[in-house]
Amino acid sequence: MSRATNEPHLPGLRQPAPSNDGLDAPFWEGTRAHELRVQHCTACGVHQWGPEWMCHECNSMSLDWVTVDPVGKIYSWQRPHHPVHSALTDRGPYIIVLVELPHASNIRMVGNLLGDPMQEIEIGASVSVVFEDREGDPDFTLVQWEVA
Amino acid sequence: MSDDYNLRGKVAVVGVGETTYYKHGQSADPEFVLVLKAILAACADAGLNPKDIDGFCSYSNDRNDPPRLANALGIPELRYSNMQWTSGGGGAAAAVQNAAGAIVAGSADVVVAYRGLAQGQFGRFGRSGGSRPVSGAAAYTLPYGMMSAAQMYAMRTTRFMHEHGVGRDAMRSIAMACYHHAQNNPRAVMHGRTLDEETYDSSRWITEPYRLFDCCLENDGAAAIIVTRADRAKDLAKPPALLLAAQQSGGHRSGATAENTTDYVTSSFKPAVKYLYKQAGITAADVDVVQSYENFTGGVVMSLIEHGLCTYENADEVLTFDNLRADGGTLPLNTSGGNLAECYMHGLGLQVEAVRQIRGESSNQVANAKVALANAGPMVPVASTAIYGTQEALG
Repeated sequence: MSRATNEPHLPGLRQPAPSNDGLDAPFWEGTRAHELRVQHCTACGVHQWGPEWMCHECNSMSLDWVTVDPVGKIYSWQRPHHPVHSALTDRGPYIIVLVELPHASNIRMVGNLLGDPMQEIEIGASVSVVFEDREGDPDFTLVQWEVA
Repeated sequence: MSDDYNLRGKVAVVGVGETTYYKHGQSADPEFVLVLKAILAACADAGLNPKDIDGFCSYSNDRNDPPRLANALGIPELRYSNMQWTSGGGGAAAAVQNAAGAIVAGSADVVVAYRGLAQGQFGRFGRSGGSRPVSGAAAYTLPYGMMSAAQMYAMRTTRFMHEHGVGRDAMRSIAMACYHHAQNNPRAVMHGRTLDEETYDSSRWITEPYRLFDCCLENDGAAAIIVTRADRAKDLAKPPALLLAAQQSGGHRSGATAENTTDYVTSSFKPAVKYLYKQAGITAADVDVVQSYENFTGGVVMSLIEHGLCTYENADEVLTFDNLRADGGTLPLNTSGGNLAECYMHGLGLQVEAVRQIRGESSNQVANAKVALANAGPMVPVASTAIYGTQEALG
């Protein structure tokens, strides 16, 4: 359902780091293990993304992390052409997708859609995760998407 | 809404002030000096001594804090200071709202709402950089090349166009109306630069679905708005623009990170508008002229729909260039040129223009304008909106 790559899609941008309060560390540990882990309320069962210290549904503070199927559907998209960061200057257009996970309380995740940067993009299309392993300080893994 | 708990007609804008508006990075003055100049201009406009000010309201983490401003101005009593939290310029109407609230509550008598920006001194909005790691909400977007304001609000517009099948023609008309109005406004940065259909259609993509002319400017400058009691306003230099209503809102989980707000296809005005017209004692049909914050044109379409000024069904028919013009249009929009063509002063210029329309002082004056609406910050987590009126509109 997912695959991994060592090829950096947008090299030179700032790398992600777990927040210093520890809130999202399990997510970033999960991506290193090529698993998509999101917050889940042990009281009411809702999935939550981005993470927070409280369940937005029932206000329980008893949240754990569960591994969900690394698939989803394109909810929206954009194709940036104008480079806003020096690392993007000669990169050309790329695609950002907002992916909805219907099997995990319809949470949405932001990532890049891999493949032809000028491809037609269909809202509702099924996509699956590509774990992008990157060298950094420390090494990190991004969650990318491709049409399934 | 009980009359006892309604600011309607109790306070008025009595002075407005703006510095010269510059292209980003071109102000020779530091940002703090720009703010001081705007405040002095607003006081002169009102016929008030700057030392009469006893309260300050701003938004978007403005860097020019009230203690320093009060010190520089020699304010004898600093009775009230206030910051509205939001991202972008969503707080422009909220700063006026908070000033009005302070006055109605008896916390202060003369409050200035202000905003200053000097992007040469402090860096540009439309440009990102750096190499340090990012954490928290930014870590879920920035490594994927989603970091500028246009990128943060593009996908809402894509989804809006997908769900409602409207948008592109209306977006073009909005951009053209702003540029059209800027041609009569000597303060406008785009004064002398016209925009026609072909130029819009052939302009480069910033990020699809936004073309260059869908995006606001970036500018240096400052603006200030003086608010005081309506009874005191009668004795001052200019006809008062009475505040009929002001509201701010974010919907359910509007602050959710990674684009997880519950109602994604919204300009964030739905809760505010529930109260806005009721507070003002009018309906959308009574609005004579609209200043609708353009961070991006797609957000304006959503804002006008959510304010009841058109519908999802008729947006493309109502939001035409001819209808949006001050000279003869049925829904005159952004009559100063707005954030697209006058200046991006984080939307405070749109509040100023609404006041000008009520006074009859606009460079694109709508004949007999009695009610002017000015909103701020579509699509941001907390947006705000206000209605100004003449004494006649108050009834």
